[in-house]
Amino acid sequence: MAMMTLIPPEEVAVEDAADIVRARSAARQISAQIGFGLADQTRLVTAVSELTRNVVQYAGRGRCRICDASDEITMTVSIVVEDYGPGIADIDKAMANGYSTGGGLGAGLPGTQRLMDGFAIESAPGLTRVVIEMKRKRTVGVR
Amino acid sequence: MKIPILRLGRILLVSIQEDLTDADTMQFQSDVVKKIAETEALGIAIDITALDVVDSFMARVINDTVSMARLLGAEVIICGVQPFVAMTLVEMGRDLIGADCAFNLDQGLKMLQARIAERGDMILNRGDGDDDLDPA
Repeated sequence: MAMMTLIPPEEVAVEDAADIVRARSAARQISAQIGFGLADQTRLVTAVSELTRNVVQYAGRGRCRICDASDEITMTVSIVVEDYGPGIADIDKAMANGYSTGGGLGAGLPGTQRLMDGFAIESAPGLTRVVIEMKRKRTVGVR
Repeated sequence: MKIPILRLGRILLVSIQEDLTDADTMQFQSDVVKKIAETEALGIAIDITALDVVDSFMARVINDTVSMARLLGAEVIICGVQPFVAMTLVEMGRDLIGADCAFNLDQGLKMLQARIAERGDMILNRGDGDDDLDPA
C-alpha cells in the first residue's frame, strides 16, 4: 500500500450563525475527502451543526477543528469543538434527553452522542470542549 | 436570503434550495406564516429535497412552522426528505419531524388536494382569495 497521506486539518472560528454553515461545509468536505459515505457524512455534518450552534447560542465564541486521524485500517475523523463561554453547569443534565436551558428541544448533545462513535465532553467556566470521533473500517481497494 | 413562496390557487409552494443560516430559517418561518394568513391558503407544500442536513434546530423550526400553519387552518406536507436526513434524525433519537411527508412535490400536491377536498371546503378553491361563500 502506498504511503497514506492525511487530509490537512481545518479550523473554523465560531462566532456567529454564519460560522455554523461554514463549519458544516468544512466537515462535509473533509469527511468526503477521507472517504466516508454519504450517510456518515450526514451524521457528522449534523453533529458539527449541533455543537457549533451550542457555541453560538450559549458561549458566543469558540472554534471547531476537524482532523483526519485515519490509519491504514480505519478511516477516522476527529472533531474538537470548544468555546470560551460560561461553561455547562450540570453536564449530566445537559446530556439528558429533553433538557434545555436555551429553549431548544434538548436533543442536541444526546443526539450528537448517538450519531458518533466517540464522544467526550468537559466543561468549566471559560472553556467547554467537546471531542467527537467517527471511525469506519476501510474497504479494501479504496484510496 | 429570501425564499420565494409560490402560489397556486389556494395552495402555496415553497422550496428550500440551499443551506440556511439560523436567521434565514427564522425569516423563512415568519414569511411562510404571514403568506398563509395573507392568502388564506388552504394548504402548503414545503419542499426540502435540497437540504442535505437537518439538525435539531432546523427540525424544530420546521415542526413549529407546521403547527403554526395548522393553527391558521392550512394543511401542510413536507416533501422530499433525503434518506440520509431521515436516518440521522431518527438516530438522534427524536421524532423531530412530526409533520406529514411525501416523497416529492408532485405527490405532496396530490396529498394536499385530496386533504383539502376531504375537508369539504373545496368550494373555496374557485375564488382567488376573496372567497365569500354564496349566501344562497
